[in-house]
Amino acid sequence: MARKRKRVMPGFGLTFGCCVLYLGLIVLIPISTIFASSAGMTWENFWATITSRRVMAAYKLSFMASFLAALVNVVFGFIVTWALVRYRFPGRKLIDAMVDLPFALPTAVAGICLATIYARTGWLGGLLEPLGIKVAYNQAGIVIALIFIGLPFVVRTVQPVLEDLGQDVEDAAACLGASRWQTFRRIILPELTPALLAGFALAFARGLGEYGSVIFIAGNIPMKSEIAPLLIITKLEEYNTPGATAIAVVMLAASFIMLFAINTIQRWSSRHMER
Amino acid sequence: MSIEVTNIIKSFNEQPVLKDISLRVDTGELVALLGPSGCGKTTLLRVIAGLELPDSGRIMLHDEDVAKVQAGKRKVGFVFQHYALFRHMTVFENVAFGLRVRRGASRLAKGAIRQKVTKLLQLIQMENLADRYPHQLSGGQRQRVALVRALAVEPKILLLDEPFGSLDARVRQELRTWLRKLHDEIHLTGIFVTHDQEEALEVADRVVVMDQGKIEQVGTPQEVFHNPASEFVMTFLGNVNLFHGRVEDGKITLGQAGSATDTQIITRLFVRPHDFEVSRTPAADNFQAAILRINAAGPNVRLELKSRFNEEFAADISHELARSLNLNAGDTVYVKPRNVRVFPPNHKAD
Amino acid sequence: MVQQAYGEIKLEQAGTIRPTHRQAAVRNTESAPVRWALTGIALLFLGLFLFLPLLLVFIEAFRNGIATYIAALRNDETFSAICLTLLVVAVAVPINAVFGIAAAWLIAKHDFRGKSILTTLIDLPFTVSPVIAGLLFILLFGANGWLGPWLAERDLKVVFAVPGIVIATMFVTFPFVARELVPLMQVQGDEEEQAALLLGANGWQTFRRITLPNIKWALVYGLILCTARAVGEFGAVSVVSGHIRGQTNTMTLQVEILFNEYNFVGAFAAASLLSAFALVTLLVKNIIERFSPEFVKK
Repeated sequence: MARKRKRVMPGFGLTFGCCVLYLGLIVLIPISTIFASSAGMTWENFWATITSRRVMAAYKLSFMASFLAALVNVVFGFIVTWALVRYRFPGRKLIDAMVDLPFALPTAVAGICLATIYARTGWLGGLLEPLGIKVAYNQAGIVIALIFIGLPFVVRTVQPVLEDLGQDVEDAAACLGASRWQTFRRIILPELTPALLAGFALAFARGLGEYGSVIFIAGNIPMKSEIAPLLIITKLEEYNTPGATAIAVVMLAASFIMLFAINTIQRWSSRHMER
Repeated sequence: MSIEVTNIIKSFNEQPVLKDISLRVDTGELVALLGPSGCGKTTLLRVIAGLELPDSGRIMLHDEDVAKVQAGKRKVGFVFQHYALFRHMTVFENVAFGLRVRRGASRLAKGAIRQKVTKLLQLIQMENLADRYPHQLSGGQRQRVALVRALAVEPKILLLDEPFGSLDARVRQELRTWLRKLHDEIHLTGIFVTHDQEEALEVADRVVVMDQGKIEQVGTPQEVFHNPASEFVMTFLGNVNLFHGRVEDGKITLGQAGSATDTQIITRLFVRPHDFEVSRTPAADNFQAAILRINAAGPNVRLELKSRFNEEFAADISHELARSLNLNAGDTVYVKPRNVRVFPPNHKAD
Repeated sequence: MVQQAYGEIKLEQAGTIRPTHRQAAVRNTESAPVRWALTGIALLFLGLFLFLPLLLVFIEAFRNGIATYIAALRNDETFSAICLTLLVVAVAVPINAVFGIAAAWLIAKHDFRGKSILTTLIDLPFTVSPVIAGLLFILLFGANGWLGPWLAERDLKVVFAVPGIVIATMFVTFPFVARELVPLMQVQGDEEEQAALLLGANGWQTFRRITLPNIKWALVYGLILCTARAVGEFGAVSVVSGHIRGQTNTMTLQVEILFNEYNFVGAFAAASLLSAFALVTLLVKNIIERFSPEFVKK
């Protein structure tokens, strides 16, 4: 509540001042500049920039690639989580720890590795090329990079929920005559849906803004494999700051919407868990 | 050191928790704040300690207004319900903490601190557990550590929040006796919060019964038990039977039949189970009841009865009487209330 | 049949109140082929996407032998990039740590209007693309930015210089420490702190002797994640760095330049250092999780 007289716990003034000052200087003022700068553009200019064919293609690519990668991650991330939580096999703990690698590994390192692996001369690129599948310097490469980046989001969101899922309901379902598939389909999956959705949303949101791991493998061909964040940098290098700002404003708006969606899912998810 | 609070008002999120509380505790007294959960007793204790700030009202410790005195400077020992022991410190360090954080002239030398803490641990017979961590202790041991930790800084006032609340029945009884003895020895002014009437009546010099942010009654255990000031106190302390009846010219008529005339007041009548005389013969001053159930497992025989006014109630009689009357379930008996209580109608029991 | 199974469950539960995972794996689970298939898919997927890239880094880095590897790292530009990265970490991480502790104390120990807004704002940098984070500081400090003319008058350079890299990194790593501490301190409550205050401790003593020991593992955890991100940041610093060789290239930027110049050994040698650091991060993180799981689990 509002500050009435003094407080019992010390340090309110100091920490409040500290937080607001630092938050304001490092986060709020910088973010407000982008909206202020875009307000300086005319609406026609702004609209013309963000609807130009090249920009639209980049938005579409970023969106589709992130969506696809998040989808793949939900499916395979779920299988990985299931194996890690439910099965015992040698090296399980090591693998469990390694799931966080995409969080810890610099994105640029991931980028050059994936680009090398899937290049025509690379370990996997060399195998796929004769089959007519071109991954590196292509849209498929972008999806591959985003799968790498998004994987831990799905696993780490689903894992605690799956661990807490009581064995007793599964036993009850089995005693009532449900097959293993029925139990999974009708008991386990509904319980995990909120977590899977949250994991999907987190991976998707991360994919939209990802830059480092993508640019090495994407080839960055305008209209074909050029993602939106790269386009911002391109505009900046052309000294077209207003253009870069306009593209960024749309992306920021999209990520705020995603943040809101993620918060809603997580609130729903935690309520779901409390039952 | 005396404690005096006057007209304390406190709300949380617009929800009044303490409604104009005034109370005085004299030096050396041990007072119990008794009431159901949510009645504001813990909040009152925290207000006195300085852990909550009242919206209005005055707190005097030893006739000194402490409104501007911080919690740590009030010389108040506080024992938390869940002990709030420092989990990363040993028993010894927990007890020594208050001495170690002192600054300036009152600071004790290392040796003096060691001596004092050891003495305190001997008091609770835990000197050999000094190096244990809180999670390695039983509930009763944690409780005692919390108590001597509060005592180590030699407070003038000791406040205890549900001191025995989370302990099992046997340990509770032990610690209760121990606390009473300790209080008689060191003679602190003390207030403890409890929802257990037995605990309050057994340990305290005076009992403050609270309900819904208000004080219902203040008195010695005998007073509040035998002369409850309100329906709430009557029902909260001990078992009680409720009858409906009419009062006319100081005379009480049981039963609700008919409507009240101008001179009659429909009222609620309270009788404790041990305040009945039970016999086999009808008389002018008793009424007929049927025995529903007999429970003889206990110091008394409990009869569950249904009166001819269709009100169920309970009566406690001695085993001898029960035997001599040769009672069986389904029998008809005649019951005479010895002690009937009526409260002014503005007090409502929950 | 059903009854028999039920009897077994009863027996197992008599020993432990909650069945452990090992027991769970024994009964009521998928058939062995399904188990093997699922485990196989999981391992193949992780192998392709996690282990293969990691393996590649070290193989490529040592492709031409250890001498070439060391020579690549002793390259002047790579060396100065290492120093710059360390400098950025040394500035950004402690500042974010102080802020994180202050924010956690504020949010967990105090009630005030706007608390939930503050909590949301702290997470904001997570949702902003690193490239946009860099752009923010160009708009603020760049030649045509809000403070650009003011800085130019005083001959101060922020973007395309070290200060800009530090500030952009601070923005990107802003929430890491606070995010670990806030939930933990909220769960721990403030009774121990109240007890300390009543025993006469002042605010600093209470923090130093009661709060800090209780949150130390979460703090270390947050610092590690913050450091890992600061070391690995690429998009934001790429925008504000200006790529001046030997001056404003961090390690990740140096990796990019070397890779784009087809100096693969040099790129992967630098990348191997970063990967080794990432592995150490994971190791420490796991040690903390094992050591004090209750402090880390959210």
